[in-house]
Amino acid sequence: MATLTHQDSATAEQLVVTDGARKTFITIIVAGVVVLIIGLLAAIMGWGAEEHAAAGEAAGHAGAGASAHHEGNPVWLKRLLVSLWHSNVFFLGVSTIGTVFLAINYVAYAGWSVMVKRIAEALSAWVIPGAVIMFVVFLIGRHDIFHWTHEGIMEKGNPNYDAIIAGKSGFLNIPFYLIRTIIYLGIWAYFSWKLRQLSLAEDQLGGTVWFHKSINASALFLVLYAVTSSMAAWDWVMSVDTHWFSTMFGWYVFASWWVSGIAAIALTAIFLKQAGYLKALTSNHMHDLGKLMFGFSIFWTYVWFSQFMLIWYANLPEEAVYYNQRLGGFEGRYTGIFFFNLVINFVFPFLGLMTRDAKRQMIIMKIVCIAILIGHWSDFYLMFMPGTLKGESGFLIEIGVAAIFLGAFLIVFSRRLASASLVPVNHPFLDESVHHTT
Amino acid sequence: MTKRYALGIFEDEDVLLHAVENVRAAGVKVHDVFSPYPVHGIDDALGIERSRLPIAAFFFGMTGLAFALWMQIYMLGFDWPMIIGGKPHIALPAFIPVAFELTVFFTCHGMAITFFTITGLYPRPKVPVMDVRSTDDKFVMAIELDETSSQFPRLTQLLRDNGASEVNQKEMTTK
Repeated sequence: MATLTHQDSATAEQLVVTDGARKTFITIIVAGVVVLIIGLLAAIMGWGAEEHAAAGEAAGHAGAGASAHHEGNPVWLKRLLVSLWHSNVFFLGVSTIGTVFLAINYVAYAGWSVMVKRIAEALSAWVIPGAVIMFVVFLIGRHDIFHWTHEGIMEKGNPNYDAIIAGKSGFLNIPFYLIRTIIYLGIWAYFSWKLRQLSLAEDQLGGTVWFHKSINASALFLVLYAVTSSMAAWDWVMSVDTHWFSTMFGWYVFASWWVSGIAAIALTAIFLKQAGYLKALTSNHMHDLGKLMFGFSIFWTYVWFSQFMLIWYANLPEEAVYYNQRLGGFEGRYTGIFFFNLVINFVFPFLGLMTRDAKRQMIIMKIVCIAILIGHWSDFYLMFMPGTLKGESGFLIEIGVAAIFLGAFLIVFSRRLASASLVPVNHPFLDESVHHTT
Repeated sequence: MTKRYALGIFEDEDVLLHAVENVRAAGVKVHDVFSPYPVHGIDDALGIERSRLPIAAFFFGMTGLAFALWMQIYMLGFDWPMIIGGKPHIALPAFIPVAFELTVFFTCHGMAITFFTITGLYPRPKVPVMDVRSTDDKFVMAIELDETSSQFPRLTQLLRDNGASEVNQKEMTTK
């Protein structure tokens, strides 16, 4: 039944992070640490080490890009560093989507999303910690993550010399790389902070001036984000496979971040609703979030397939090596997760969220949100691991690190959520959101 | 079949929405509402059941997908096998764009045809319109009358009380 009674409206709600919730976050971190230690022990003891020889061979004929000269670091340390980078890129990207979501809704003059606006604002609380981790991991572990950072790889006459990588030295060199990363993260952090400040000021002072300022900031941010997200995808993800390139890659990574970000917003909204908050949030809002998840799961698949099909069709060795490694390469190590990736990120959300009723039911939305988040984490797994660890990847260390990230992320996220009213009481479109029907 | 209708003409969508609620609350069955543009919340106010068109759409889509896959596999795999770019005769990735397009094609055409057939809105020389002003700036609420139109005075009063600017009677041949 449509809510045509115009008297009801939303009031300020203050989230209290209970001790139970805090304990859950800590438990996730502790569980992650335990899994990580087991994984590290397993890697150090060399359980399953007999696979290495065969995997090395597979790497040999998978193309020139795969034959890296890894000096020094043992496998367990390599895996730890790569999985730190992997989870950080995923969580940092999802976090930034909070601001992107806000900005798109501002620019579109969208009213319905006001009810979940504070969740999106809080999501970007991880940008700063994520940026710090990114620099630390890059400075410590760049040799194990990025082939192009190896000594002498761009020097003629050096035994490590690689003509193709040397040809990219104008773009892929450490000073320029660091400058670019600082610019991306600076822009993302600044606008996340700016939009949050404007929103908090609006809460305090009211009036439409904050709304209009937010729209200006959002429009500027979206232009900058369109460029920086794409370039960040080349730098942080694509340059792992230094020889390889794909013009679809920026979109592909963005699509992955974006759909995960929306899933994170929807999942948080469900948890808050079930804890008794967000009283004016109805199944109509969930329906719209569900539509976005449904649509952008298809969008991700569309981009994924556009990249895959052209490479498959043209079958050029320097491009096809990417899929050779993932489909059957390294003794079929990644083949399973390759198809798992398609099923959980496309088939499952597509069929699961197809009907109207599914999008309006908390339990189905919850399952699909979690599936999408796991699915896109493993999508990033598939982007990073074959290029860095070849046949030496595994799951325990990676899942342990991801759990630690998740726990830490939730602590920062929930603190930001609790620091202001969950309902932006003075937002000019609040009433529209309260009476939103789909 | 010819039927008589009482037509309440409204100037404003909000007035119309509340009028629909009140008229239904008074126990009168509203035949339909005609408006120049879609009015938010009118479906709920009229108590219209959800359309089953999406279910039909799903099956149209499945038909399109099956047809596209069958067509390509049969043509390129059995009827006239050709080697294209060194790929196998039945190369699924190459079939997906066509399969996608035909799924969309079958879905949208199937839905449009189903919709026009069921609602009786298919194109024809003489289109029955309750009140032509509903295509311009007026909102029209139609209520079915019985043979003798005995309820008309009472309905006129009810509609006027709820903000109708005029109330007319009209004879219509539907479907």
